[in-house]
Amino acid sequence: MNARDVVLGRVRDALAAAPPEPVTVPREYRGGRESSGEQRLELLVDRLGEYRADVYRCSVAETASTVAEALGDARLVAVPGGLDASWTEEFTGRVEVDSAESPVRWLEDVDGVVTSSAVTCAETGTVFLDAAGDQGRRALTLVPDLHVCVVDLSSVVLGVPEAVGRLDPVRPTTMISGPSATSDIELDRVEGVHGPRTLRVVVRVDG
Amino acid sequence: MSSAFLGFPTPPPRAPYATGHLRGDQSFPEAAHTALDDTQQRRNLGKATATIRGKRDQVADELPDWEELRSAGSALKADVLARLPELLERFEREVTERGGVVHWARDADEANEIVTRLVADKDSDEVLKVKSMATQEIGLNEHLGSAGISPVETDLAELIVQLGADRPSHILVPAIHRNRAEIRDIFLREMPGVDPNLDDDPVRLAEEARKYLRSKFMSTRVAISGANFGVADTGTLSVVESEGNGRMCLTMPETLITVMGIEKLVPSFTDLEVFLQLLPRSSTGERMNPYTSMWTGVTEGDGPEEFHLVLLDNGRSATLADGVGREALQCIRCSACLNVCPVYERTGGKAYGSTYPGPIGAVLTPQLAGMHESRDDPNASLPYASSLCGACYDVCPVKIDIPSLLVELRHQHVEQSRYTAEAAMMRASSLAMSSAKRFTKAQRASRLGRVLGGADGRISALPPPLNAWTSARDLPAPPKRTFREWWDSEDGREAVRAARREAERGES
Repeated sequence: MNARDVVLGRVRDALAAAPPEPVTVPREYRGGRESSGEQRLELLVDRLGEYRADVYRCSVAETASTVAEALGDARLVAVPGGLDASWTEEFTGRVEVDSAESPVRWLEDVDGVVTSSAVTCAETGTVFLDAAGDQGRRALTLVPDLHVCVVDLSSVVLGVPEAVGRLDPVRPTTMISGPSATSDIELDRVEGVHGPRTLRVVVRVDG
Repeated sequence: MSSAFLGFPTPPPRAPYATGHLRGDQSFPEAAHTALDDTQQRRNLGKATATIRGKRDQVADELPDWEELRSAGSALKADVLARLPELLERFEREVTERGGVVHWARDADEANEIVTRLVADKDSDEVLKVKSMATQEIGLNEHLGSAGISPVETDLAELIVQLGADRPSHILVPAIHRNRAEIRDIFLREMPGVDPNLDDDPVRLAEEARKYLRSKFMSTRVAISGANFGVADTGTLSVVESEGNGRMCLTMPETLITVMGIEKLVPSFTDLEVFLQLLPRSSTGERMNPYTSMWTGVTEGDGPEEFHLVLLDNGRSATLADGVGREALQCIRCSACLNVCPVYERTGGKAYGSTYPGPIGAVLTPQLAGMHESRDDPNASLPYASSLCGACYDVCPVKIDIPSLLVELRHQHVEQSRYTAEAAMMRASSLAMSSAKRFTKAQRASRLGRVLGGADGRISALPPPLNAWTSARDLPAPPKRTFREWWDSEDGREAVRAARREAERGES
């Protein structure tokens, strides 16, 4: 017998030896909550602040100027192929479009990256990226040291169940709650062991 | 019963006795003695557990539906165990359909061989590793090393442990027993290309690790991970982390190999909404950990081109066969029970001798790997490594009743072993208590115990076999007189008269 059949056989034997009761899962926890834009915005700004992520509020019309401000003194910036080109119009440095064909190594020379986002959870301050065209492959938001992420308030939900409900399970998904951090040395929090050391979230309040 | 009788099922085998890291070479009390003398470790652990404890309480209290989430998490995990064969088959099918390759491993040796073969097939003599309890349990690093392959741990704490040729002392913060000066020394001694003027500022230490590991991430073609959750109905896998080393390992190399225990499933993708709330809050006391990665098979143009999943039994089916003890398989490895445990706080994780330390380790380890294969099996001491105070049950996000499981394991151990001190004492007391005359005699005889008590009236060492009890506990010396002798004496009678007078005064 192969290992698969042996392991599955053992599991069946184990359950036969001590048959379990059927289980009903209680679902009394909170989900599907409605909330106002102000409520979600206030909560999100507070949570992101606690993670030491910088928050910029702007209108859709102010996207380009706010993104330029958030990029600070970055010189070379990478963007995913599907990102709205107007977002980086006011940035004075160089903008390169990333693609699956470019070797990942080139991202090491990049100062920062600008992406969109799929959904955001206010209660935990978590931005979800699902590798859609305006978010790019996963390495893009990982290797450069600065990530500027644009979040529309309409895509912000209150809690984790509301956020998970909006995801497509089979897309490669990354959840980001603040910049990379470690507390491994005497529990002192240090930002950026491997991922971006700076996370700047641009919240478009009318988007 | 309507189901057809198919014969008695064979009890599934436990994890092999000597492979991997599910058994120490010393009993818990012996190892604990050494740990208790390590004042540095006790100080560091005390500070760390108190800090995480405080943060956890705060963020758990913040959610008004915390108890409802715990109930849902517990039921979901119980449901997974009850339907494990069907869910495993579904999971395998989904992973395969999305381009992953699924391998099954009966035990540590088989899992190690599969992984080593996969790495060797890629002509790779170095692999990246993201911190993983499953690969630590099977001793994968040692096995890869013996095949000439160098595993590089990429989690900062795991790297500190690896470079220091040390063992982890905590599930979540494995190098918490080390202070910054020790870490600086380890880096200077062991990390290639480190700045010789390195000081012990945590920011500088993290920076050196980043530099060293960055070059590895850019050049190594194979990575090995564990998994926090596998979703049965979609084939999705998930790794929860903080540093980004997980994201690096899961996306940068050409080949990804994930080793996952068969119990780590959740039924459906939606169920992640429960565990993504329970796990970070219970484990690091954060509302959410900085990074969570989820992937399903392979995605063209994004991440590894090849994905292998190794499903590991290694004693899990044996644990499942115990209708009571199987509850331990609900564990999501958050380490909340470690941080509240008065025993763990003083001894640290290494004293448990297993990849899984603390209260949950004391339940899980003996079940995965057994505890009665020899008279002095170190795992047999683990169910006694607890004061049964119940704090671990209170904090467990999936409501594992660890104290009751420990008592059950003590019972099983006494039943299985004819040699324990507890068994000998229980037999002797049942004999003594079965007759009043014998009981009085035994009580008088126990007075002899007084000679063993020190100046403080405490006995710290009894002769064998009773030393099994006193090796880890002090025992009060027996009183000078038995209760009956006191009752019959002049001062006993006087005390009773005084009590009666007191009671009469109170009534009038």
